[in-house]
Amino acid sequence: MRKDSNFFVLVGTIGLFVCINIFLMASGKLPFNSDGFGIILGVGITLAIYSFLYKDNPAFKIAENLYVGVALGYTIIITWFNFLKPDLYDPLIVPMFSKAAEKAPQYALIFPSLLGIFMLLRFSRKLSWLSRWTFAFVVGLGAGVSIPRVISAFILEQIKPSLHPVFSGGETILSSINTLLILLGVISVLIYFIFSVEHKGAIGRLSKVGIWFLMISFGASFGYTVMGRLSLLIGRIQFLLRDWLGILQ
Amino acid sequence: MNFLKRTVPLFIAFVMGVLMAMQYFVPHKLSQDLLEVVSRWDRIIAGFAVFIGAYSLFHLHWTRIKRKVEGWGYSVFVYFGAIITLIFGFLNGGKFFWNDKQDGTMFDWLYYYVQVPAGATIFSILAFFIASAAYRTFRARTKESTVLLIAAILVMLGRVPIGNYISQYIPAVADWIMAVPNLAAKRGILLGVSLGAIATSLKIIIGIERSYLGGGD
Amino acid sequence: MERFLRIDRRIIFAIITVAVIVSLILRFELPIPASEPVQGVYGKIESLPKGSHVMIAFDYDPSSKEELQPMAIAFLHHCFSRDLKVIGMTHYTGAPGLADQAITSVANQYQKKNGEDYAFLGYKPGAASLIINMGENLYSAFPKDFYGNDTTTLPVLQGVDSLREIDFLFDLAAGTTIETWIVFGKEKYKFELGAGCTAVMGPDMYPFLQSKQLIGLLGGLKGAAEYEALVKKKANAVSGMRPQSVVHVIIILFVIFGNIVYFTSGRSRHA
Repeated sequence: MRKDSNFFVLVGTIGLFVCINIFLMASGKLPFNSDGFGIILGVGITLAIYSFLYKDNPAFKIAENLYVGVALGYTIIITWFNFLKPDLYDPLIVPMFSKAAEKAPQYALIFPSLLGIFMLLRFSRKLSWLSRWTFAFVVGLGAGVSIPRVISAFILEQIKPSLHPVFSGGETILSSINTLLILLGVISVLIYFIFSVEHKGAIGRLSKVGIWFLMISFGASFGYTVMGRLSLLIGRIQFLLRDWLGILQ
Repeated sequence: MNFLKRTVPLFIAFVMGVLMAMQYFVPHKLSQDLLEVVSRWDRIIAGFAVFIGAYSLFHLHWTRIKRKVEGWGYSVFVYFGAIITLIFGFLNGGKFFWNDKQDGTMFDWLYYYVQVPAGATIFSILAFFIASAAYRTFRARTKESTVLLIAAILVMLGRVPIGNYISQYIPAVADWIMAVPNLAAKRGILLGVSLGAIATSLKIIIGIERSYLGGGD
Repeated sequence: MERFLRIDRRIIFAIITVAVIVSLILRFELPIPASEPVQGVYGKIESLPKGSHVMIAFDYDPSSKEELQPMAIAFLHHCFSRDLKVIGMTHYTGAPGLADQAITSVANQYQKKNGEDYAFLGYKPGAASLIINMGENLYSAFPKDFYGNDTTTLPVLQGVDSLREIDFLFDLAAGTTIETWIVFGKEKYKFELGAGCTAVMGPDMYPFLQSKQLIGLLGGLKGAAEYEALVKKKANAVSGMRPQSVVHVIIILFVIFGNIVYFTSGRSRHA
């Protein structure tokens, strides 16, 4: 009986949705063209996903899986038009096989292309070891490039403002107190995260101060997270009310 | 075989790591050209990684369909969505994929009316769960959690115009929380994570850290 | 009191939905003064002379569109109204459609021409490597733009060989791209950097604001609303502040009420 009632609720909701759309198109609020049908499809997908809040149901699962498929297809096509075609196909493949090509093939691109193909060979049982060469190249490069830049940008540039002198350059008492508080906070948080030393005595007390700073920071992050997630919901409701129902201007 | 499977990759990682770390300090034109070439190659290799993700996803859903696991019918929709998008993408409004991308095709229509609404909606569901969690699970059981909740409440009020109506000090307190204790904690975390990242990078270059090789070593 | 703790969560969902719908439909004005981080971005664009090159990195996808697309549109209004040359690009495969829509819809309002006044370079993989490649040679990173035009022939890119010649870079970020731009871009190529980010990431960016690695920050929908108010193009973000305010108060009341019920019921004693 439960399954039957769920089925009737789903069919009834879809029927109501179709009726509303027929009314909106007939009254001219939705244009009778690809954009109008697109909005109906978008709204249908939106409502199907929101139906999960009532109960998990086939409409939600269909919308979710359809999204995964379309997103994957879009990624592949954009990768072709924005990357493979201008970076490999046009400068390397086309000049090699087309007599009308204006420029000579850039044979140097064969090397990174080979490394890229080696990476794909990780799915092959016999040749998966070739993918290690590519991963080693990429990871080694990333590690080497990161070290000096992270030291400069994240460590030195971040320590500099923390060691800013107080009562200099016309600062107020409050901003100097803030500078000292920031210094205290940075040191205490760093000490909290040193787990190789036992948190006893002075280290323990400083580490406790670090926890307080962390709690305030996490509270601020939670506040912002609420704000962020809510903004996404507000945007969707604006879409439903403005673009579909035409209630908002 | 061990030489090709283990020694060569470790050697490649070492050479690339040392080369690129040293390159930063060498202002000669050859060094700048090396950086440009290597970064271009790395970019091209990164592009191939998309196909690893695509293959994994297709393989996962194909296995579900083949073995007829519970809910396998939904995996058909993944293939349906992907195939129809790929067809329209390669058709490229009639110009086909070997020409430049055309505007306003069915491919773009699928993006604007399927991917965008679905992508935006899936993450907006979290707003409801946060509201539910706020009521049912956020409890001020300890002093630390009380401080967390008070900071959250002050920031939430301070970041919307209504906070100013309640009290003119709320936005000022919220700004102070963001600019002082929050900044200090985030900077401490950033410094710690950066030091850890540098240590890991050094371990990779030297060859102590080998997890990127994919196991078996 | 205990039955309040076991309330069906769908009632909470319904309260939130009704609150958002009602506060969107009922129009009431709320003041939106610009905060200092937002003023930083606005002030920088105001200071740029006509013809300066501004690069916008649309580093988000549809899942963050509701926060970042309003920012993109407000920022583009500002740039085009000041006759700045806009160059768009993205690290995300899901972004090109949104970026193209934002740029062309705003550019058309100012009669700006593709290739002459703005360019959209499209997507490229590589993250840090792409930034380094752009920093060394923009044309080697993007030989063609999103529409397939040869970038060396675009008038809008005249005088720009790499990131060093960019007057201002604005990163609209849903992920960790701001940190990537700072470490691999600004650190070596010394361009001015501002950012717009989702509210979730907002608190993480304050260390970079203080160290001046970011000259300004638009955080979440509030940041977008403040910028819309500054450029006098009030749109989605400003109208979103009404439901944002109302629901924030509701959630705070949920937290307070939930705690009162919890501590006055027997649960806290048994826990």
